[in-house]
Amino acid sequence: MSILDINKIRKDFPILDEKVNGRDLVYFDNAATTQKPTIVLEALSNYYGHYNANIHRGIHFLAEKATSAFEDSRTTIQKFLNAAHKEEIIFTYGTTDGINLVAQTYGRKFLKEGDEIIISTLEHHSNIVPWQMLCEEKGCVLKVIPIDDKGDLLLEEYEKMLSEKTKFVSVVHVSNALGTINDVKFIIDKAHAVGAKVLIDGAQASSHITIDVQELDTDFYAFSAHKLFGPTGMGVLYGKSDVLNAMPPYRGGGEMIKEVTFEKTTYNELPYKFEAGTPNIADVVAVKFAIDYINELGKENIAAYEDELLKYATEQLSEISGLRIVGQAKEKVSVVSFVLDGVHPQDVGVILDQQGVAVRTGHHCTQPLMNRLGLPGTSRASFAVYNTIQEIDKLVAGIHKVKKMVL
Amino acid sequence: MTINAIQDEIIEEFELFDDWEGKYEYIIDLGKKLPKLSDEFKTEDNIIKGCQSIVWLHAYKQDGKIHFEADSEAIIVKGLVSMLVKVMTNHTPEEIANADLYFIDKVGLASHLAQTRSNGLASMVKQMKAYGIAYQAND
Repeated sequence: MSILDINKIRKDFPILDEKVNGRDLVYFDNAATTQKPTIVLEALSNYYGHYNANIHRGIHFLAEKATSAFEDSRTTIQKFLNAAHKEEIIFTYGTTDGINLVAQTYGRKFLKEGDEIIISTLEHHSNIVPWQMLCEEKGCVLKVIPIDDKGDLLLEEYEKMLSEKTKFVSVVHVSNALGTINDVKFIIDKAHAVGAKVLIDGAQASSHITIDVQELDTDFYAFSAHKLFGPTGMGVLYGKSDVLNAMPPYRGGGEMIKEVTFEKTTYNELPYKFEAGTPNIADVVAVKFAIDYINELGKENIAAYEDELLKYATEQLSEISGLRIVGQAKEKVSVVSFVLDGVHPQDVGVILDQQGVAVRTGHHCTQPLMNRLGLPGTSRASFAVYNTIQEIDKLVAGIHKVKKMVL
Repeated sequence: MTINAIQDEIIEEFELFDDWEGKYEYIIDLGKKLPKLSDEFKTEDNIIKGCQSIVWLHAYKQDGKIHFEADSEAIIVKGLVSMLVKVMTNHTPEEIANADLYFIDKVGLASHLAQTRSNGLASMVKQMKAYGIAYQAND
């Protein structure tokens, strides 16, 4: 049994009291976005209600208070990732934004025709399309690490792909569709051995796995706040300072400049070089509270409890005849994707929704992965620390009802 | 029967159901009963864009009236599509182009109309009306 008091944790998330179609909400779409604890909601309203001001330039009281809260968040995230320097933490709008930043700055400056970029079959569209756009513009070649039928990357194939032509590797830490945890340390080390830079898409990993960017030795790590109990529209790009310094700025505007004349502009230092315009101050301020909340529960405790949920759900769902779990990787986070014989995933989603159970159905923004698996899509239940065994029982009962009604 | 008369009939049928289960079982049943669309009409051009499941809509004109045939991979969508076909098929292009489909709201399925991205019912209605307008122009 978990050392966490789950009933107490549930009280921290007001949305869990909502009724959906007259039933208690069972929220199993956490891989899409997590719900927000009261302390995060209060942080947002406190900011707007008590110290809303534009940051960095103002010399008045509110501006200083807002600036220091904003920069406190950067320090909190630095510690969360164990980054060596605070200025290595760049605020973005989300994981997608961070990946685009790297493709459009590092990629456009340092990659040229014939250079190879490696991604994997497990990627979300967000970690495919920015690289395809870059390849189209620069004439680079996109290579894709294959998977086995269980959803694990074929790392020996990856090793064969690496050569002096490999200039960039961008791989997902945890698969959003299948839950596979990739051995990113191995991927990073092998890429570095041929002189390639590496980005890890941490959108799904950040809430489940302890991340140490120095130990990983990754060049970039991107994630979104809203998947770890924080607000939407706020994300983080970690980059090694020497790599970030070598990159040209991304967007032009206020804050990212040192001096502007009509003849020439000089750019600000890290991290501000990449933070043009008034940032998403309230959401940045609030993410600190989300991370503090995670730290208070303890990431290991969260992971251990989520593993219990995953194990129970896997056992229970496996017993349903005609149900097949898609994605049985050796290491998984608390995500269960499944297909039901003779039932389209959309029908599963609609009927579960009528019973108050929220799952995601479809291709999960991983169409190439679905093609590889030969599926139009799956139904996916993804668990967070506030979910319970009883809720999984409701999912199981809900699926039995789907079968009864459709088949 | 006019488009509105058929709609009123459907509304009346739905009044029999007092819970979601009965309603959805009925929709699923309609989906199962909808004749399979012949493979020759399951073309790329006949796919309604914006649906999570594939929906095909085939239209043709006969004796001044438009006829619809449709199919879907997902059974609930197929049931919804079947109701739309029942309401809209075998009417003149003018009637179809000007139809006011109030039954979807009245039977408590408006949320399906709003979720354009997931089941494309709204896209389907739009496409049916587009056929109405196109066939009017051809006349």
